Amino acid sequence: MIEMQEVMKKYPNGVTAINGINVQIDQGEFVYVVGPSGAGKSTFIKMMYREEVPTSGVILVNGVNIARLKMKKVPLFRRNIGVVFQDYKLLPMLTVYENVAFALEVIEENPKYIKKRVMEVLDLVNLKHKARMMPTELSGGEQQRVSIARSIVNSPKVVIADEPTGNLDPETSWEIMNIFEEINTRGTTVVMATHNREIVNTNKHRVIAIESGKIVRDEQRGDYGYEG
Amino acid sequence: MNQERLYVMSSEVITVMKVRTLGRHARESFKSISRNGWMTFASVGAVTVTLILVGVFFVIMMNLNKVAQTIEEDVEIRVHIDVAANKADQQKLQNQIEQIPEVKSVKFSSKEQELKNLIKSLGDEGKTFKLFEQDNPLNDVFIVKTKKPTDTVFVANQIEKMNYAYKVKYGKGQVEKLFKFIGASRNVGLALIVGLLLTAVFLISNTIKITIVARRREIRIMKLVGATNSFIRWPFFLEGLWLGILGAILPIILVSTAYYYAYDYLEPKLKGNFMQLIPFEPFIYQVSGLLVLMGAIIGVWGSLMSVRKFLRV
Repeated sequence: MIEMQEVMKKYPNGVTAINGINVQIDQGEFVYVVGPSGAGKSTFIKMMYREEVPTSGVILVNGVNIARLKMKKVPLFRRNIGVVFQDYKLLPMLTVYENVAFALEVIEENPKYIKKRVMEVLDLVNLKHKARMMPTELSGGEQQRVSIARSIVNSPKVVIADEPTGNLDPETSWEIMNIFEEINTRGTTVVMATHNREIVNTNKHRVIAIESGKIVRDEQRGDYGYEG
Repeated sequence: MNQERLYVMSSEVITVMKVRTLGRHARESFKSISRNGWMTFASVGAVTVTLILVGVFFVIMMNLNKVAQTIEEDVEIRVHIDVAANKADQQKLQNQIEQIPEVKSVKFSSKEQELKNLIKSLGDEGKTFKLFEQDNPLNDVFIVKTKKPTDTVFVANQIEKMNYAYKVKYGKGQVEKLFKFIGASRNVGLALIVGLLLTAVFLISNTIKITIVARRREIRIMKLVGATNSFIRWPFFLEGLWLGILGAILPIILVSTAYYYAYDYLEPKLKGNFMQLIPFEPFIYQVSGLLVLMGAIIGVWGSLMSVRKFLRV
């Protein structure tokens, strides 16, 4: 599903964020990406949905090398991937419903289908009753649930989350985590970068630890394994 | 396999732009125009000012051209035939002139005819010249017209060298100056118009850039959920288009009104000098069409210029 071969990323300012990564993630897996700040987690995650392009190496997603993907084909590629951010990235001028529908409008889906599908995912994240509210009227956890709804509304095969619980209190983080578990049991691959030790150690999944741009540990049902 | 299917499906999505989607883009563009308030006003103002100037210049240029054309058409070479020439010599001279490739026509005008013309053109005072009807001091004349007015000097010089061409007259000096003036004013006008257009494009692109900066987050999110560049570009494209077209309205009204009165005022005065302005009716529609088109081009160009940069996410 996702495969990286000898991937290296050097930024123009000379910083080498990723230094020779080989990894394979299969369909239906749940993967935590852990590591200290500045270790290259974010770059690793961003390369998966092609916000960053590796300096060298191959990144295969569904058999296509996205490291060599033409600019024109990037949008089509991204439609198969859901992305969730730490800061939610919702559009403040749009309602909850509109924010989720946006992802389908952009790919010019049929309006009838959009309506049905958006209510479906809002139900999944338990926000059906707040569909008409504005993001600013919601709590952080609720906003993140909207963001997750948006990421899965076009039924992607993989959802990539960059510290989705980073801004949330422990209880809310669990709510979010449960949604990801739910998505995963429905067959969607989930890749999640996180600093949340409790979650990683409780809901056991594969753990990939990154330090100084390299994978230092890759365990099925692993532990968080860091202090702090 | 999966990937292939995706591309086939998606290319259909891209090539067949649905009416519904166009509607969405139009709505977005109107929203943005009203949301931007003062900036919209400023850029429409910029287009308005530019197009007023362009319109005025254009109308003046076209009329100068028209006047120049009539003057150019009036330019003729008058070849005075030597009194010593007999019929055969005259015929020979005419043949020689006709053989110059740049010559369009050669017309013979007898000295009697010339005297009549002279008397007529001088009006009452001309009557004194009637005395000369007995002993006409004028020459027979060939009136030569060239295919292109600018060939006048060249042709005249050639005729001068021929036998029995006693004098060749074409308003030496004035003709050259006139052509120079017309040529220069055309270039200056063109340069001014181009300069103004570029300024307006710059202003529009700045306005739209502000729209875009305000919506950068939105664009980024759109890109992350898989919007194509053209999908993102459309609303901005339309916004530019509306700004340009809105900016053309006032100039059209002003220029047509001004031309209507200017034509009424100037036309009778110029008629006496054998000059003509371009009639109001079809001309002003052409000018209006041109202004709308230019507004649209300026707007679209400006908007696309500023969007380009923000799409590389």
